[in-house]
Amino acid sequence: MQAFLSSLVSVLFHGVAYGMILYVISVGLSVTMGLMGFVNLAHGVFAMAGGLLLSTAMSKFAVPFPLALLLAFVAVALASVVLERLLYSRLYSAGELAQVLFTMGLIFISIAIARQLYGTQAAPVFLPDYLKGQINIFGRNFPAFRVVLIFISAIIVVALWFGVERTRWGATVRAAVDNRYMAQSVGINTNRLFMVTFALGSGLAGLGGALGSDILPVQSTYPLENLVYFMIVVAVGGLGSLSGPFIAALMIGIADTATKYWFPELGAFLIYAATIGLLLWRPQGLFGVRS
Amino acid sequence: MIRSGSYSGHARIGIMEALPWIAAIAVYFLLPEYLSLGARIMIFILFTLSLDLILGYAGIITLGHSVFLGIGAYTAGILSVKLNVNDPFLQLIAGCLTSALFGLVSGAVILRTRNLTLLMLTLAITAIVYEIGNKASSLTGGADGLPGVQVNPFFGTFEFDLWGRTGYVYCAIVLFVIWFVVRRLIYSPFGAMLTGIRENTPRMHALGAPVYQRLLIVYTISAGIAGIAGVLMTQVTQSVGLNVLTFEVAGDVLVMLILGGVGRIYGAFVGPVVYMVAQDLLAKQFPEYWSFGVGILLVLVVFFARGGILGLVDKIVDRARTP
Repeated sequence: MQAFLSSLVSVLFHGVAYGMILYVISVGLSVTMGLMGFVNLAHGVFAMAGGLLLSTAMSKFAVPFPLALLLAFVAVALASVVLERLLYSRLYSAGELAQVLFTMGLIFISIAIARQLYGTQAAPVFLPDYLKGQINIFGRNFPAFRVVLIFISAIIVVALWFGVERTRWGATVRAAVDNRYMAQSVGINTNRLFMVTFALGSGLAGLGGALGSDILPVQSTYPLENLVYFMIVVAVGGLGSLSGPFIAALMIGIADTATKYWFPELGAFLIYAATIGLLLWRPQGLFGVRS
Repeated sequence: MIRSGSYSGHARIGIMEALPWIAAIAVYFLLPEYLSLGARIMIFILFTLSLDLILGYAGIITLGHSVFLGIGAYTAGILSVKLNVNDPFLQLIAGCLTSALFGLVSGAVILRTRNLTLLMLTLAITAIVYEIGNKASSLTGGADGLPGVQVNPFFGTFEFDLWGRTGYVYCAIVLFVIWFVVRRLIYSPFGAMLTGIRENTPRMHALGAPVYQRLLIVYTISAGIAGIAGVLMTQVTQSVGLNVLTFEVAGDVLVMLILGGVGRIYGAFVGPVVYMVAQDLLAKQFPEYWSFGVGILLVLVVFFARGGILGLVDKIVDRARTP
């Protein structure tokens, strides 16, 4: 019993850490898909870029860890604005197939570039010494980095919630998710709103990719390998919602960790089966505004 | 995507439509060293054709079409390796039926949804079947796959030879039959209804068309054809591995279809030929640039040539005709 409780705590802890990372990466995808109806399969590219930036900044330029995280966020956000203005924005009304193909193309290109620059091995994660040890909480030791990771993610979750639910900018986002055309006709500049939200979402993906690089190893196939998980978080949580993907990400994080720990022979089978079941029961996801 | 001209005008088999078959015969006699590549190309034409049916004609966007290729391939592999059924036609029929049955069952469930949910469900189903293929190793061989698939000689005389002659002819005949069936299907009222559903689903509902039933039928047929492609792949390579179930294969076939031209029967012919010949020529020499090139190609096609190669050809012909 004691052993079971101990492993339960461990599974919950690592599951929450994993879920938090999934959320930070995927939340931008949920909002941009809800806002613009854009099927962006290439969202993982931004997360990979964040992870690679962090690894390079720390190993080649000795940038301190917090600064490297910030860099991953800002650089990825800026790069995504360029992509959005030049390419994405032309396909907003182009239909799903064009969007799927275009973002698949982006995935292929990014995989090739990442492999060319970094090889096929996972980019090494360099943790500063103060994040390497264990932290004692209630008489149990937890890896310090994961505790910090959960903590930072929690701050992001709260900040996001505050930004979307309690600020004027958040109100315009919610209005545009509910009804883009009505928002437009009451004078909200939806084009600019799209751009800012896209940048924020991509920046968060970059940050999540960087922060989670020891949970989801950053290698060239990253955008393709993790695509299903990011998409599941969004689809199960519901498009255009903040809380839905959060709950979905936590459930997936914990469920995935639990199956890997207790039933490794099942693999990801249970998660996929649960996803299919849930999507059939609620096609719009748990908290989706629309399907 | 929409082409001018009436259905009856296209229903007649034109002279140009003999071209692929003349090319297939010419390759057999003139390029004997490329027969195994040729067989692979024809298998992918078959697979692309099946995707064209649901994506190009019925407008169902799927990211998991590889699941049907995989089920067909594994059916043939399991029949031969585990049950010692080595008759090529038995394998072919069994693979086709299993895959079609899976298409019917999964389609009955997922085709009730639309858009992103449908896309996600196709992705999740493929992922789940991949997991089964990977974990149920007593049946599927797991990560090692099933090597040593055996196929009896056709009619007791034509054996699979080292040069791939039999395989080539076999694939060509199967492709010809399926091409004929698909062609009939597309230019039938059923095909017109599919195009209607693709272009305007609510209107087809309003007209009283049984949308869901039609989609389910075409999904099942498409799954069966993809299953046949899978069986051929297993028989020609005499092995089956997890690679047939991957998202990469589903992506490859999508790229081939887009490249050739979506929603037109010969798009599914041109795309795989160009893609696989290019792959054969370039991927060996510049493996590191291949996926980069494919990515750029996809982006270019989306922005500049939605109709693919055949769409471009149409444009050029139109321009040449208009004074």
